[in-house]
Amino acid sequence: MDMNEIKEIFFQECEEQLAELESGLLRLNDGDRDPETVNAVFRAVHSIKGGAGAFGLDDLVSFAHVFETTLDCVRSNKLEPTAEVLKVMLKSADVLADLTNVARDGGSVDQARSKQLIRELEALANGEAPPPAAVVEAPAAKPAAAAPAPVVNDEGFVPVAFSFDDFGGEEDVLIVHPTYEISFKPKADLYSKGNEATLLLRDLSRLGEMSIHCNMEALPSLEQMDPESAYFSWKISVKTDKGEDAIRSVFEFAEWDCDLEISLADEGTAAEMTDEELPMQPVPFDLSVLDDEPDAPVGVVEEEERLAAVHESAATVAAAEVASNVVQLASTASRAAAEPKAAAPAAAAAQNTAQAASAAAPTIRVDLDRVDRLINLVGELVINQAMLSQSVIENDNNGTSSINMGLEELQQLTREIQDSVMAIRAQPVKPVFQRMARTVREIADITGKSVRLITEGENTEVDKTVIDKLAEPLTHMIRNAVDHGLEMPEKRVALGKNPEGTVRLTAKHRSGRIVIELADDGQGINREKVRQKAIDNDLIAADANLSDEEIDNLIFHAGFSTADKVSDLSGRGVGMDVVKRSIQALGGRINISSKPGHGSVFTMSLPLTLAVLDGMVVTVAGQTLVVPLTAIVETLQPEASAIHSFGASQRLISIRNSFCPLVDVGRILNFRSTQANPVEGVALLVESEGGGQRALMVDAIQGQRQVVIKSLEANYTHVPGIAAATILGDGRVALILDVDAVVSASRGQPLKLETSLAAAG
Amino acid sequence: MKKKVLTVDDSRTIRNMLLVTLNNAGFETIQAEDGVEGLEVLEEANPDVIVTDINMPRLDGFGFIEGVRRNEKYRAIPILVLTTESDAEKKNRARQAGATGWIVKPFDPTKLIDAIERVTA
Amino acid sequence: MTYLAKNLTNGGRELIAFRIGDQEFCVNIMSVREIRGWTPATAMPHTPSYMLGVINLRGAVLPIIDLSARLGMRPTEPTVRHVIIVAQVRDKVVGLLVEAVSDILTVTDDNIQPTPDISNDFERAYARGVLAIEGRMICLIELEAIFSHLESEAA
Repeated sequence: MDMNEIKEIFFQECEEQLAELESGLLRLNDGDRDPETVNAVFRAVHSIKGGAGAFGLDDLVSFAHVFETTLDCVRSNKLEPTAEVLKVMLKSADVLADLTNVARDGGSVDQARSKQLIRELEALANGEAPPPAAVVEAPAAKPAAAAPAPVVNDEGFVPVAFSFDDFGGEEDVLIVHPTYEISFKPKADLYSKGNEATLLLRDLSRLGEMSIHCNMEALPSLEQMDPESAYFSWKISVKTDKGEDAIRSVFEFAEWDCDLEISLADEGTAAEMTDEELPMQPVPFDLSVLDDEPDAPVGVVEEEERLAAVHESAATVAAAEVASNVVQLASTASRAAAEPKAAAPAAAAAQNTAQAASAAAPTIRVDLDRVDRLINLVGELVINQAMLSQSVIENDNNGTSSINMGLEELQQLTREIQDSVMAIRAQPVKPVFQRMARTVREIADITGKSVRLITEGENTEVDKTVIDKLAEPLTHMIRNAVDHGLEMPEKRVALGKNPEGTVRLTAKHRSGRIVIELADDGQGINREKVRQKAIDNDLIAADANLSDEEIDNLIFHAGFSTADKVSDLSGRGVGMDVVKRSIQALGGRINISSKPGHGSVFTMSLPLTLAVLDGMVVTVAGQTLVVPLTAIVETLQPEASAIHSFGASQRLISIRNSFCPLVDVGRILNFRSTQANPVEGVALLVESEGGGQRALMVDAIQGQRQVVIKSLEANYTHVPGIAAATILGDGRVALILDVDAVVSASRGQPLKLETSLAAAG
Repeated sequence: MKKKVLTVDDSRTIRNMLLVTLNNAGFETIQAEDGVEGLEVLEEANPDVIVTDINMPRLDGFGFIEGVRRNEKYRAIPILVLTTESDAEKKNRARQAGATGWIVKPFDPTKLIDAIERVTA
Repeated sequence: MTYLAKNLTNGGRELIAFRIGDQEFCVNIMSVREIRGWTPATAMPHTPSYMLGVINLRGAVLPIIDLSARLGMRPTEPTVRHVIIVAQVRDKVVGLLVEAVSDILTVTDDNIQPTPDISNDFERAYARGVLAIEGRMICLIELEAIFSHLESEAA
């Protein structure tokens, strides 16, 4: 793993944290006052800041820092999370998301917006009302965490460049390192917090030439001694060119739990510390006891005379031995227990580690490629199993029951494997739904409407490929619902409605598909207006007799827009027809039902995966084709009396008193040169783009089955009229029909390469 | 024998950075995602030193440190706090909870290894 | 049977020679994945006449090209004796219908003579030279040149 991979992980994590942040803020907005919700929100921003700092993403750090500071005020109850405050925070969450995207993909953010929000956040943190948009530009607070300095002490102590000249004075010729005298007396707390005097002394010794004297004055008798207390103090003199700061940083973790004095010694005195200066017989302290690196610099100066003097006193010697033990005790109290385990076989340790690691990772992250490869293999397994079943049936008519039973079991297992593998790629729709929350906020802002988004079933799972393609049509529909569906607050009040409009987004599973509903409590479809517009646009005849449902569905026609003025939201030339087409491209269907004055409900039903498809296997001019089941409304056995010729080559079929154009699939695909006799075949009533119905003529229906979608583009190119391919039970390739393209072709638009690729994964 | 470090951090990014940094520096690394998990794996992990974040779900760094210090076996283990919290109050709380030392984020590999070496033999 | 491409270190290269009608051609063995017998292909609509359709190659959808027709010669009427050379052309894998594989040749660049001047533009585009082996003439062809359209159409 290198830094780039970790950076990738960071951005993935940012996405999760941003989702967490947004959902937390929304919960707060709903009145949730659980401190854990506030904590989670705070942590999300905090985590982003932490990671961003590590990668030097300063813009992200600065913004996250200000955001975090304000959130901390909420966390510590200094700031009440009112609707106003949360509005600023939700916008800040959006900016944070933008900054993250820019950090990952490049580009630029709306500087004015982020600066404005920084001002608003700072104002909130300072207990002020959010300032209006135009305010004197204040420089963004630069958080300490973003400072690049390698060693930053938080007490505001910054490393300073050190020059010998500061100490050398006029003696330029001879450089003498200054000597520091350090008095160090640990308290018991120092040890209980895991610090060790011996390690501090070791680190000091690395600064330069050092002499240490241990003072054991406080050492009680053995019986009275608390082995975990602190009885020793040290007087140390270090000759170093690193400066006092370096010495202080050695004691950085310990300074609260010890008495520490550091002073610059007069030249020469430190090295010649006399016994008079020391209150009691000092014992030279040998650091080599903890020296596990043979060549580590240990600057202990031992003076033979002093050592001899020490040896003269038996009591002192005994004390020294005790002292040495005590030091060991104090320093390794915690480790003593660990020692035997450390000697245990490496295998056991490895096992422990493995268990600990597995306990720490209940989920694994897998490359999508690997999952896709597995899905492909399982697809093949399904095909192979089907082929095997077919050949057993063909070759062994009176097959023994054991073979048949085995085959059945194999089929069952294959299905289960397929379902399990598909489940690996299934993801909750939550991230997409969360993106919609932002869309709603933005449109509400632009339109001046007050909107509340309620989401339900966001843990409903669907294949990742479907999720990825869901965001765009959904965004457009939400825009549409807020922009066209909901009334302005004043109007809603006048109508006796809540001034705040509600948009409800729900997801659920229904008979092997995912159903997504988008409901608003707005004005509903103005059927008169839609009808008039359809007449104006020649979509329907002026005297056409249409049901309410049929009128509502007219909005899915190309180029249809009912908004009186083109707002900057829907003025992008994208209509509901595009939404419908992209849903259909996913093998889905979309419907609208509307109640004037009460709102509209859009219902989308989508397959759970794009890797397999439910299809109807048909025969056309000797070829086997698969027609996606989602496109088929019904199948008919045409009777001669229902077929009517129209013009030179058109034929219509009458279905319940309406006429529907007949399309000979074999002719359209150039599989035959003359039109087939409809009475000898089967008509598939299909619905295509714009809701127009066509009856597709095929020769025969072989049956329905789930097929594994195979790309034609992988080794060839797109073939007009064909969405993709699959492999059937006989091992042969069958083509999957692109119903929309075929219907378009029947309208006189020849099949060409640009035709949309319905259902191709 | 490699020194074992138990890291406790809820951020996947930081966990990965710790893992890479510590492994490169020759440490054996065991990772937990929050304080609760940190305490759960403590016995099995049997670390020589602990590096922990402060802001974590379920059980924060303060609670985790207190929990470790209550464990007879680990009450004197060096614990380093890895956090962006740089104000004196938070550091003080961490110390009171029993932290040995701290490393201020942004994450700097050298600082981390220095600090670990400073508190381990 | 499957011929695995080998790395040659002696400066020479291995070519697979095959017959189409009464002519012999060869391609670099490095681009050949496998050789298999003819199986009926599923026809595709609105494709050139040399595109015979697609077959199932262990789960992948493999387009089958009548090389004879593609090179402007008489369309092949495939039988069970015909073979399909599965070849890698850039990032795609295609099946080439030929009459039979005749030889595996190890040649050095010295063995390859320049394409005679009589060829028209089309032949010059795919022919990379000719080899004289035991009195036979074998034309070395470059698959990338033949299937340049695969890329442009896909793009």
